[in-house]
Amino acid sequence: MKEKSVYEHLRGKGYSRRDFLKFCGMMAAVMGLQQSGVAQIAEALETKPRVHVIWQHFQECTCCSESFVRASHPLVGKILLELISLDYDDLLMAASGFAAEATKEGSMEENYGKYILCVEGAVPTGSYGYCTLGGVSALDELKRSAEGAAAIIAWGNCACSGCIQAAHPNPTGAKPVHKLITGKPIVNVQGCPPIADVMAAVIVYYTTFGRLPELDNMGRPKMFYRNRIHDTCYRRAFYDAGLFVQSFDDENAKKGYCLYYMGCKGPNTFNSCGSMRWNDCISYPIQSGHPCIGCAEPGYFDQEPFYSHLPSVHGIGIEATADKIGAAATVATLAGVSIHAVVTNIQKRKLIRNEENNVKTDESDGN
Amino acid sequence: MRSVRKNLREVYVWQLPVRFFHWINAACIIVLCITGYIIGDPPAVQHATPASENYWFGWVRLAHLATGMIFVVNILMRVYWAFAGNRFARWFNFIPLTREQWKSIFATLKVDIFLLTDKPVYDIGHNSLAATTYFGLFVLSVIQALTGFMMMFVTTNNVGAPATTWMLFSMNGFFVVRYIHHFLMWAFVLFMIIHVYLVFYHDYIERNGIASSMIGGWKFIPEWVYRDYEIEIRKECERHHSSEQCKHDEYDPL
Repeated sequence: MKEKSVYEHLRGKGYSRRDFLKFCGMMAAVMGLQQSGVAQIAEALETKPRVHVIWQHFQECTCCSESFVRASHPLVGKILLELISLDYDDLLMAASGFAAEATKEGSMEENYGKYILCVEGAVPTGSYGYCTLGGVSALDELKRSAEGAAAIIAWGNCACSGCIQAAHPNPTGAKPVHKLITGKPIVNVQGCPPIADVMAAVIVYYTTFGRLPELDNMGRPKMFYRNRIHDTCYRRAFYDAGLFVQSFDDENAKKGYCLYYMGCKGPNTFNSCGSMRWNDCISYPIQSGHPCIGCAEPGYFDQEPFYSHLPSVHGIGIEATADKIGAAATVATLAGVSIHAVVTNIQKRKLIRNEENNVKTDESDGN
Repeated sequence: MRSVRKNLREVYVWQLPVRFFHWINAACIIVLCITGYIIGDPPAVQHATPASENYWFGWVRLAHLATGMIFVVNILMRVYWAFAGNRFARWFNFIPLTREQWKSIFATLKVDIFLLTDKPVYDIGHNSLAATTYFGLFVLSVIQALTGFMMMFVTTNNVGAPATTWMLFSMNGFFVVRYIHHFLMWAFVLFMIIHVYLVFYHDYIERNGIASSMIGGWKFIPEWVYRDYEIEIRKECERHHSSEQCKHDEYDPL
């Protein structure tokens, strides 16, 4: 039996052609395609069957799934779950236990080499016991489900770079997907969580064009992670004007000044928050008066404290930042040269008084 | 009036490009440290005017970026001069590859840093320890320039942008790069303190005009040091040319 196309599936679910085209239009806009892109998307979704997806959850908090099912526009949110054939997702599926596992096995066998593996969460390598699914360790589960996958989508910071699990001192030895799996195309959809529209667009892109979007060398889709938050921030003018919030309750905060001084990681973070925003495009952290914590960057949890621009230095034992260490080293150096100057005056007094004859030099030695 | 040392010889050590490099480099480092620190930890400035009428932070950043460019071009010029300049400016002074250089490094440490003996070490150009330190500073400068370019070019159309962006992402993004760039700034501060102190120190105890030599290019060198040096140069000359050529009066060892 021929598989139903995405469009046929949607019609079966009661969506009108108008809804379908609106969705295609929105996705083309999100991906920044030109108008012909809408037709391309529509045509692909009309003819191609739904992508089979195996969705694995490892060490994670489910915020990526939460984000995914809450895609900003209601229509996107509804259609998204129809867009893919979510064969296995231990969080969202009705089946449980052996029935769920059997579905997964069946789908992986039937669609070998064709399905997409979505991974949410980091994988512990310290001890297999830290995270198991149905008695199988996360690592084995990942390797087995990656085997027949056409591509892997790593959702969120955990799967892309370890997030809080991999933060210092990383007790479980958590590792991101790209460090454990080689030889498969892996797309890192960064963020904690990623923006839902970005997640949707990655899947639509794959369905439409049959390949992953262009990635940068951190594995992120360039179309969404090309700019920093800083470059699209509406508070950028305050940054250039040197107008900074000094504390959360001051006058400057009320005026909506730049949050750079409060430790905003916008200048360090590549993501689309500034242009796409969250929750039906209502706002994003900076718009709500909170500095960006850089959740789409590897190792952002090690950049604490979040409210200062320079992170603490680990391994020294006391709270120290680069500036404190630098200032201390400067003071120590000044003290050192002062002592050196004093000792020089004592030790080399003959040389200083020009009593050359009393100084043992090469001249008196040899010539 | 007391005059003790006779037999001093004036030697032209630092050529004009070396002196220009030195002072441009010094000015750049000072400007870069100050503006860099301001960018990292901006002072609380209050305005009664709207953002559209202010741009001071933008100017500070512009100063930092523009000075960084001058800093890099200046270093490139110096690298060229390390192959084209006189023997005191040449690259082999700065990389301790020979036994003599290491011996000289330890001797200088003993005499000038740990003050274990009175006996001064005389060099015409840089002493080996100083030269090695400058090579270290060169390496730091390259790292600062690269990390700076990584952060600066990433959202621009600069020709270097693809390469530096690749490097930035290979280093896991901004956090690490920014941190290195910030941390190394302090290395330059420490270098400046020690460098200026040691110039004072040498000028104070050796009185060879080391401080002003970076302005005029001339140093006072004891005649016997110069003679030893001349012999050494002649030997080196004779390795490549006939001894007749090397004895020629016009032959200038420097």
